[in-house]
Amino acid sequence: MKNLDNFTKGIIKENPVLVLVLGTCPTLATSTSVMNALGMGAAATVVLIFSNILISALRKVIPDKVRIPCYIVLIAGLVTIVQMLVKAFAPALDESLGIYLPLIVVNCIILGRAEMFASKNKVIASALDGLGMGIGFTLALFLMAAIREIFGNGSFAGIPLPVLADNHISILTMAPGGFFVFGLLIAAVNKFAKHKPKKKEMGCEGCPQAEACNKIKEEAAQK
Amino acid sequence: MTNFIIILLSAVFINNYVLSKFLGICPFLGVSKKLDSAAGMSLAVIFVMLMATAVTFPIQKYLLEPNGLEYLQTIVFILVIASLVQLVEIVLKKYIPSLHKSLGVYLPLITTNCAVLGVTILNIDAGYNFAEAMVNALGSGLGFFLAMVMFSGVRSTMETSDIPESFKGLPITLIAASITSLSFMGFGGIIENLFGGA
Repeated sequence: MKNLDNFTKGIIKENPVLVLVLGTCPTLATSTSVMNALGMGAAATVVLIFSNILISALRKVIPDKVRIPCYIVLIAGLVTIVQMLVKAFAPALDESLGIYLPLIVVNCIILGRAEMFASKNKVIASALDGLGMGIGFTLALFLMAAIREIFGNGSFAGIPLPVLADNHISILTMAPGGFFVFGLLIAAVNKFAKHKPKKKEMGCEGCPQAEACNKIKEEAAQK
Repeated sequence: MTNFIIILLSAVFINNYVLSKFLGICPFLGVSKKLDSAAGMSLAVIFVMLMATAVTFPIQKYLLEPNGLEYLQTIVFILVIASLVQLVEIVLKKYIPSLHKSLGVYLPLITTNCAVLGVTILNIDAGYNFAEAMVNALGSGLGFFLAMVMFSGVRSTMETSDIPESFKGLPITLIAASITSLSFMGFGGIIENLFGGA
């Protein structure tokens, strides 16, 4: 039962993108079309599951002081494997994701889950957590990409739609549209969330840099 | 020379890292609330981007490529950047404490900043030579600085305005970022007109 909870919490209740607000960079950048979003989601999910499994299995071996560099090395290794697989089997996807594929290394969802969950929990629980978070990430990307592609490009997964294809709002597929749609989605989540979450800032809980970031904010607030 | 100016201007305005490539969004949204922290953060980013390019570019050209190890790029770069940032912090603390005092807090944040890893990889992908890569790193850093400083001004104005309940906090920040990014789109095509389609 607890395992089921580990799996499902990432999909809606603790959705990494829309509720925890992690991994904003790939979310904004790769949600221009549905296929890109699904490709990015799948690549990140694979890395997330295996990094959670490896880190959880090694959690008693990795010394606490150097854990972040260790996690980064493990994650970078996994990303390299995924990068090579994508290059070999889906060269078109590799082309359209470009720089954002190697940048999965610094995606804070992955480091965040390693730090928050995998380093404290058993292997199976961590694998399920990784799978749930990965699916949540993919769903959020898919939702955003669907909005941007349907209204911005008048198509869905590359198939042109009637009416919309002639009346599309191109700006939505460009950079400003990314920020705009993401802002609207988070506002919608705020509006319809059952329990009112406290005023939302950047999702810092899961981020390994949260400590330094909060220190800066506190200092700025004092001035 | 024109070449360098083109690279610099397009990195600052047209391919702005934050507003058109979506790299380094976390610090852009996280530490842009106050002008001085925004400026401090982006100065640290410029500094680390230059250092990281100066170190990773020779590694790629003289170590990875001759030995057919290009596939290790991601791992090597992130490790080099992480240790470089640590090293810079230690050196600054020992020899230039005044600079460490103003930039020190921002340095650990930069290790996993995707803009820094992004600029080093993009420099390789674009096929620049060393000087061009350094100019591009400088331009990207300046672009980040410009976006951060401008946006901290936008945010300070926003603080006093009346915002609908569910838009408070992050959503309205994103909408403001969208409008800021829209203004940067106005720079598109400027290079072609200035330098005759170069």
